[in-house]
Amino acid sequence: MGKVFKFNKDVDTDQIIASQYLLFPTIDEMKVHTFESLNSDFASQVKPGDFVVADENFGCGSSREQAPSVLKALGVKAVVAKSFARIFYRNSINIGMPVIVSKELYEGVQDGDEMELNLEKGVITSGGKEYSCTKLPQKMQEILDQGGLIASLDRV
Amino acid sequence: MGMTMAEKIIAAAAGVAETKAGDIETVTLDRLMSNDGTTHLTIDMYNNLKNPHIAQVDKLVWIIDHNIPADSPKTAASHKKMRDFAKAHGIRFYEGEGVCHQIMVENHVRPGELIFGADSHTCAYGALGAFGTGVGCTDYLYAMVTGTSWLLVPETIRFNLHGKLNKGVYARDLILTIIGRISANGANYKAMEFVGDGLKALSIADRIAICNLCVEAGAKTALMEVDDVALDYLKEHGRQPKAIYKSDEDAVFAEEYDIDLSEIQPIVAKPHFVDNVVPVKECKGVKIDEAFLGSCNNGRIEDLRVGAEIIKGKHVAEGVRFLVVPASRAVYNQALKEGLLDIFMEAGAMVMNPNCSVCWGACQGVIGEGETLISTGTRNFKGRAGHKDSFVYLASAATVTVSAVAGYITEA
Repeated sequence: MGKVFKFNKDVDTDQIIASQYLLFPTIDEMKVHTFESLNSDFASQVKPGDFVVADENFGCGSSREQAPSVLKALGVKAVVAKSFARIFYRNSINIGMPVIVSKELYEGVQDGDEMELNLEKGVITSGGKEYSCTKLPQKMQEILDQGGLIASLDRV
Repeated sequence: MGMTMAEKIIAAAAGVAETKAGDIETVTLDRLMSNDGTTHLTIDMYNNLKNPHIAQVDKLVWIIDHNIPADSPKTAASHKKMRDFAKAHGIRFYEGEGVCHQIMVENHVRPGELIFGADSHTCAYGALGAFGTGVGCTDYLYAMVTGTSWLLVPETIRFNLHGKLNKGVYARDLILTIIGRISANGANYKAMEFVGDGLKALSIADRIAICNLCVEAGAKTALMEVDDVALDYLKEHGRQPKAIYKSDEDAVFAEEYDIDLSEIQPIVAKPHFVDNVVPVKECKGVKIDEAFLGSCNNGRIEDLRVGAEIIKGKHVAEGVRFLVVPASRAVYNQALKEGLLDIFMEAGAMVMNPNCSVCWGACQGVIGEGETLISTGTRNFKGRAGHKDSFVYLASAATVTVSAVAGYITEA
């Protein structure tokens, strides 16, 4: 089980991690600033295994891979949104962080709720209710299964 | 079944006779651009690979443009890492020469190419009929090492442009209007294709401004048909097309729009979303603290001419900072030659070195708590230009300049 951190629609990558931190040398130095403009307590409160749940078009805007990377570094288990902007979606899979589409979950859960994700079955459970979510396309599941795109390079 | 421009470029890059939206293709990239926004992370990942190598170094272009000159020792260290790596590996490298997309269009992009850029506005290259798309640093690294990547072939939304923009209305008003109409995710995962007699009257600068902003509707890429205007530009810059593609007559489009350019009005995108557009007159009177004329969207010589003509003999309003940032050294030099920079300086503007400036909100000209910026930049997200509680309005070079003189948002 993990805790839900809920966000609205059109959350852009500048809100996930602002430009002023992107040239810091490492993701670890950046991650304490995650979601600073929307929820300045996020980085200190989120625990490994927690979830980000959002409305439509999560991760729109800049191609900065730092956005999914700081979430992953903080231990976010998956982002579940009604839809994702394409570059964020692709970047997340590439670094091995699940991004799951669920049209139902956003309305069903509140900030702070507990939830569980079963990726294989495509089911989320929270508060005794089940919510369906979309399984990843095979190509992306393969990348995720091998631990991200870079892991495949090391086998070349 | 016929193919779209996007499908044809991907098919060629995949070495297959045909492909269609929804297919996944393994493609060979023609060019790989990366800038200082993420390259330091790419290098760290590269150095951690078991067998690090670069498939074809002559396809790589690295550009320091976001935080140049460096604003802090940490930035300077990230720049040094990039500079040293580029030198050690013989990568084509630019530093302080301009915003990455302007450098790419001036020097590298060719019609028919498939280009990855580690920057979301890479879709700008559609102005020259190239398929440019933004990627993160992991995708970039994979392509750098293997020379290839995988692409989901996008559906295409086609925009048929007719007629001409009225005087005082600009390409930027057009694309902001389109984004407002289809919304911030209206083209998510899709290609936006622009065709029609309306293209003829649009300069390369206009075309870059239009294609560049398509990612703000979520688009994977933007494409324009290559015509004499594009071919003349290429010739002037000493390049030949790789290939020229047009969508087939029986190609399938997800949606089609007909747009009468004469109906477009001056537009402002209000905080904090690019699709939050209204006619300029609805924002008239909003007090501004700063104005910005520049960026990969609107920092070309044509935009500086528009601004200079408006501000000549006038002065920036008291208490307002007006930043003028040519998009490249070539633009800067041309503006110098034409006396435009003199006009801006005499009017009380600050003319800066070519760079991303306040459009990226981390280097120069950032705004403070409660402040308002009117900008020709690419985005107006919350905090994009500095403090999280500040406000960015997007508008054309004309609207920005006339507002800088007035001290509040107003029509040109």
